[in-house]
Amino acid sequence: MSTTGSYLIKGARVVGADAADLLVENGRITGVGSSLQASGATVLDADGLIALPGMVDLHTHLREPGREDAETVETGTRAAALGGFTAVHAMANSSPVADTAGVVEQVFALGQQAGWAEVRPVGAVTVGLAGERLAELGAMADSRARVRVFSDDGMCVSDPVLMRRALEYVKAFDGVIAQHAQEPRLTEGAQMNEGAVSAVLGMAGWPAVAEESIIARDVLLAQHVDSRLHVCHVSTAGSVEIIRWAKHRGIKVTAEVTPHHLWLTDELVRSYDPVFKVNPPLRTDEDVLALRAGLADGTIDVIGTDHAPHPSEAKECEWAQAAMGMTGLETALSVVQHTMIESGLIGWADFARITSAMPARIGRLAHQGQPLEAGSAANITLVDPAARWTVDPAAMATKGRNSPFAGRELPGRVVATFLNGHPTVLDGKLNTPFADGSAGQAAGQPQAQSREG
Amino acid sequence: MKHLLSTQDLSKADAVRILDTAEEMAAVSDREVKKLPALRGRTVVNLFFEDSTRTRISFEAAAKRLSADVINFAAKGSSVSKGESLKDTAQTLEAMGADAVVIRHWASGAPVRLATSGWIDAAVVNAGDGTHEHPTQALLDAFTLRRTWARTNGTASAGTDLSGMKIAIVGDILHSRVARSDLWLLRTLGAEVTMVAPPTLLPVGIDGWPCTISYDLDEALAKRPDAVMMLRVQAERMNAAFFPSAREYSRLWGFDDRRLAALDDHGLSDTVILHPGPMNRGLEISSAAADSPRSMVLQQVRNGVSVRMAALYLLLSGESRSTARSQADTPDTVPAAAGTAPTEENAS
Ligand SMILES: [Zn+2]
Repeated sequence: MSTTGSYLIKGARVVGADAADLLVENGRITGVGSSLQASGATVLDADGLIALPGMVDLHTHLREPGREDAETVETGTRAAALGGFTAVHAMANSSPVADTAGVVEQVFALGQQAGWAEVRPVGAVTVGLAGERLAELGAMADSRARVRVFSDDGMCVSDPVLMRRALEYVKAFDGVIAQHAQEPRLTEGAQMNEGAVSAVLGMAGWPAVAEESIIARDVLLAQHVDSRLHVCHVSTAGSVEIIRWAKHRGIKVTAEVTPHHLWLTDELVRSYDPVFKVNPPLRTDEDVLALRAGLADGTIDVIGTDHAPHPSEAKECEWAQAAMGMTGLETALSVVQHTMIESGLIGWADFARITSAMPARIGRLAHQGQPLEAGSAANITLVDPAARWTVDPAAMATKGRNSPFAGRELPGRVVATFLNGHPTVLDGKLNTPFADGSAGQAAGQPQAQSREG
Repeated sequence: MKHLLSTQDLSKADAVRILDTAEEMAAVSDREVKKLPALRGRTVVNLFFEDSTRTRISFEAAAKRLSADVINFAAKGSSVSKGESLKDTAQTLEAMGADAVVIRHWASGAPVRLATSGWIDAAVVNAGDGTHEHPTQALLDAFTLRRTWARTNGTASAGTDLSGMKIAIVGDILHSRVARSDLWLLRTLGAEVTMVAPPTLLPVGIDGWPCTISYDLDEALAKRPDAVMMLRVQAERMNAAFFPSAREYSRLWGFDDRRLAALDDHGLSDTVILHPGPMNRGLEISSAAADSPRSMVLQQVRNGVSVRMAALYLLLSGESRSTARSQADTPDTVPAAAGTAPTEENAS
């Protein structure tokens, strides 16, 4: 079935543990051990590198269809591959909105054509993200894209009855509602975190309570109807507390944090540079530390990049006029290494859990997030943890130049990414896309898909 | 001093220098010929993204009394409808040879953005940005207060500060750029400041500010302030539940006739009342208070021109910037000879 070749990865520290060889054949890992031999296999010297399960992003804005000036599936998944991701969830706030089987199948097919990463469309919860009536969730679930994650991200499903119904309805196909928790009335015109800095800068505040009150409501709703809730981009210390409480009660809630919320604070807004404008906003040091602690103790389950590319004119303007969002795919690994691993809070095995196993499980991606052992799908990321590099947005594969980390020196570099046994990235550079036309295989579809491009 | 963007980053030495220079400018304004040749050949652009005739004509008078050429540019665009981008507008003005851009903008931080983005080389003067700052208003307030304080203490104004002066700022602190600029500058000059407002009109996060907070205007007046600064309150704020009604606001936080009389009762013969204008008579200030001998409102307007003259003079009279610019420009955008700034006529 596969056109991918065989690769023998020599001497990689598997998920940060002892060095071992990994044999990759026909899209699968067929052996893990010392001194493996394989005639005909391409040998990669991975001495000093760490092998990780391919990273999975639950929260990516690929902008296509509709905003191809900002990003396309092609450019966004190139960025994903370079960032070490083998799967991304494409958020539904495209134009048209991904609220029908037709749109999610289009995005799914674009991902297969591109071949740089598995693209799993997220379906909108409500028609047009308008928060008024449910989109055809079942049709999207049954489509070729086999949608399991539903979100109005960018907008909050603020109507409690609608949220309750959505949570109940997706139980029919084991779906999950990923909530962008933002009470709309409390955040009208909001520009930044409400606190000491916004008071001085004279900007309308986005209070923590606007996030926390929705999360509190939603975990109680999820408990009431016994359904799965995922909280997107948790940003406040109070949210971590509420989620921790909910998990102790056995509520089926999972939570995500972005790399930027693990590091940056609202102090950066003093520059009025809109590259730091994001939703939810950058918070305070206290929040950053609580998010790191929550991620380390498992209260927060996954890293989600919230990769949100924008054309330059959307950021080269007054703060109030600027679009919200930051790029993140190509810096995620390094930022998490800096904030979580080099700070001593977690190890590489935890890293694999929060960037691969858990997001794959939440998104129900059968062929992603598997342990690096014989029999697993060969979705692998090789990382040089000792490398250091300086972020240059102009050198990135994403169309977006809006990286808040521009100019910072970061640790860790993705050396190679294997998607279904094929190296999409080698020597830190794009190689060739997975050409089998079945990058979406992991959805569990029969393999008889037509070959694309 | 390359720009004048906020009073928070203004040193005491710079603040006193501006105020002292403004005293000299005030002397010019008292002459029959109210004009100095200091900025002849320099171009000042008034770039207004928000209507404010009062502030614009004050800057215009200031620039003209220094013999600068003035271009008024009313920019389209608002928070609702987007016009030409700030970047494009700024670069257009730069190409026209602006030496200083006086910017008024509805968005907080727009002047900082203009000054730090690298889009232009001109000096940037913040003429009020959103709910952030309005530094020349604060400077004219400080100028007015300094004269008052010097008179109270029987000294000359020049070279002095506001050490020991007690000032109450009353009203919509949350939405006031004047309150913010005033606080930083008055503190830098040594004054003690009390902010008086309903709790809804104080920003979350104010606890770190170097001032006393009060919800009670009568209590604040009983503490014998030397000056009371009343801020403009928009009656529409009640629609967003900041206060129940204009009448209740006026009764609790307005400077009405009863409170005017209270100043006399407290024996505060030297206490003055300021207001940045335009006033809502009957809402935050009564007519009797606005027109009383304690009112500094017209002095504030007059002093505004002197302070803005001082700011423009100090920003522009240093080493000539036009030489540097003519070297960087392409020939077709510089009609004037090297070393001569383009004027309004030839820079269209
Ligand atoms: Zn979101």
